[in-house]
Amino acid sequence: MTDLTASSALAGAQGRSLFERGERTRRRHAAEKRFRMIGLAAVVFGILALFGLLGSILTNGVSSFRQTYVALDIHLDPAKLDKAGTRDPEALRKLTTFTYQPLIKAAVDRLISEKGISIEGLGGKDAEGIISKEAPAELRRFVLADPSKIGETVRFELLADGRIDGYYKGRVTMETAKLDRNVTPEQLMLADALKAEGALTTRFNWSFFTAPDASDTRPEAAGLGVAILGSAYMMLIVLCLSLPIGVAASIYLEEFAPRNRLTDIIEVNIANLAAVPSIVFGILGLAVFINYAGLPQSAPIVGGLVLTLMTLPTIIIATRAALKAVPPSIREAALGVGASKMQSIFHHVLPLAAPGILTGTIIGLAQALGETAPLLLIGMVAFVREFPAAPPGGFFDPASALPVQVYNWTQRGDPAFIERASGAIIVLLVFLIIMNLGAIFLRRRFERRW
Amino acid sequence: MNMLTDAAVEETLQPLYKPAASKMTGKDVTVHYGEKQALFGVNLEVPEKQVMALIGPSGCGKSTFLRCLNRMNDTIDICRVGGSILLDGEDIYDPRIDVVELRARVGMVFQKPNPFPKSIYENVAYGPRIHGLAWKKSEFDEVVETSLQKAGLFNEVKDRLHEPGTGLSGGQQQRLCIARAIAVSPEVILMDEPCSALDPIATAKVEELIDELRQNYTIVIVTHSMQQAARVSQRTAMFHLGNLVEEGPTEKMFTNPDDKRTQDYITGRFG
Repeated sequence: MTDLTASSALAGAQGRSLFERGERTRRRHAAEKRFRMIGLAAVVFGILALFGLLGSILTNGVSSFRQTYVALDIHLDPAKLDKAGTRDPEALRKLTTFTYQPLIKAAVDRLISEKGISIEGLGGKDAEGIISKEAPAELRRFVLADPSKIGETVRFELLADGRIDGYYKGRVTMETAKLDRNVTPEQLMLADALKAEGALTTRFNWSFFTAPDASDTRPEAAGLGVAILGSAYMMLIVLCLSLPIGVAASIYLEEFAPRNRLTDIIEVNIANLAAVPSIVFGILGLAVFINYAGLPQSAPIVGGLVLTLMTLPTIIIATRAALKAVPPSIREAALGVGASKMQSIFHHVLPLAAPGILTGTIIGLAQALGETAPLLLIGMVAFVREFPAAPPGGFFDPASALPVQVYNWTQRGDPAFIERASGAIIVLLVFLIIMNLGAIFLRRRFERRW
Repeated sequence: MNMLTDAAVEETLQPLYKPAASKMTGKDVTVHYGEKQALFGVNLEVPEKQVMALIGPSGCGKSTFLRCLNRMNDTIDICRVGGSILLDGEDIYDPRIDVVELRARVGMVFQKPNPFPKSIYENVAYGPRIHGLAWKKSEFDEVVETSLQKAGLFNEVKDRLHEPGTGLSGGQQQRLCIARAIAVSPEVILMDEPCSALDPIATAKVEELIDELRQNYTIVIVTHSMQQAARVSQRTAMFHLGNLVEEGPTEKMFTNPDDKRTQDYITGRFG
């Protein structure tokens, strides 16, 4: 033994000062350092990518939360709107937005002359062109809602045209306006003059959250109202269906089901189901819920059902993990005092697993909220301007959804929609962050030690 | 010695009779965990209102036998129990028996203190609540107080009944678990190494408590501590490799055992 240790390389460290480093030790240190650097580089890369992404979305999208408005005193001329003087709602309904356009033109012209603005080369239709094409519709809605206002002069805060709005957000300049068929430099000058007079203001854009989508020619009027409502309806359906079904399935599989080949197959399939591409669920939804069951297209009920199918595996996996994490001693304690299996589960195991279950549910819901592909297949890409009714009837009305609205807007031609799409992404991200914070809060708040 | 003579007298009169009436009887009990057999035909009588200690080296089947007595083994999928175990002459493995009823009469205290993560009060009140033994608030208050008193814990926790049971010390938690078992008024209390996670002072308290509980309850305790078995039990059963080696009055088992294996085990020469 003695001559073996003496001749062996392993004995190299013996008898040497501790301050000296052996060759092996040096190499080990180098390897450790290298690994640490690679890890750090990976983290830095990830953070940079995240910041780049968030930065580009924020720079593109934050401006959509502000919108340019023009304050106009509009005389609701009875001679144009109600020649008969009957204020008959039926007759008023027959008037199209074309009838209202001259009122706006008159109001804009009057405003310009009142303020003494004169701009050279301002064409005949240019002045009224700074007001959104949505404005006549807004006037019409106002008059239909309250015909008694006819004859009065009412102050409206009307949307400025998308290009004018873009001018104040840096999207449109005098140079681009020269080349643009939709806006002239003179219109921009007029807008500047009105802004100087205080008639044109840029302020927070509430209607971005409340207004429905708008057509290609009026990006300034487009809002997320229908999409938010549609997404909310779908989340409600997903929550109401997937939580009870998922929890019941998990409890059965985890606590009651015998361990045999069948349950093994079910288990493997649930794990695989979580990895199935979402578009496959969309095809399934189209085939089963729309073609076979005959549910309406574009409806939150179908979207909700499809997303429920997608969310179930997530919830089942999370719930089973949470149930498994409850120590067996708690079950034994309950059984030991004579609780039945069900009592031990519902009185003791489930409350302890609840934070985990809720966290899984919220994460599943967050996934469902951001899901686009299956909704495209079941027709939720449709252009929907009508708000769905209150639930439960509204579940069957056509609606949009937040991620689909983003997709939809990125397909449009007008650059103003890029801003809208980025703004919608921000709204979506805020919802997701709130949901994830809720999950973290639940975990922290109800986490128990035993 | 007294017991021995008693036994001798009884045996001449009625061969199958034991000194104290038998509360539970295991007849030819076998247990399989899957392919592996853990108990090989154990015949053991648990005398009423006495403490019976089950001793033996690790893996000898004493805990398995204990868990058969209130069918806690039912919770293990692969576990199969053969033979019969009688509680007051009724077979607890009869298909007509409801385990819930059984466990209300045969309570259990586990190795590691396992109070529910609820208040002390709720821990004790849980059993009576699910068995419908109390209805009014005052009845619950009473059963909680008497159970905690019997477990020797009431004075220590009376001011914080509504604080979580998990906040107590280990020894207090174990006595809380005993109080929880007592609260449903069982006839038999099974204890699976109740002191193995406790320090010596807490152990002494629990042992004292076991000695007091013997007045009203039949107790079966599994222990690895010879001294503990000697201190608290009246009868002792020695297990080895899934067999019951020997059973008899504790005094005799520790002074003059019949079997060499018992002798070796209690003198620490085993293995």
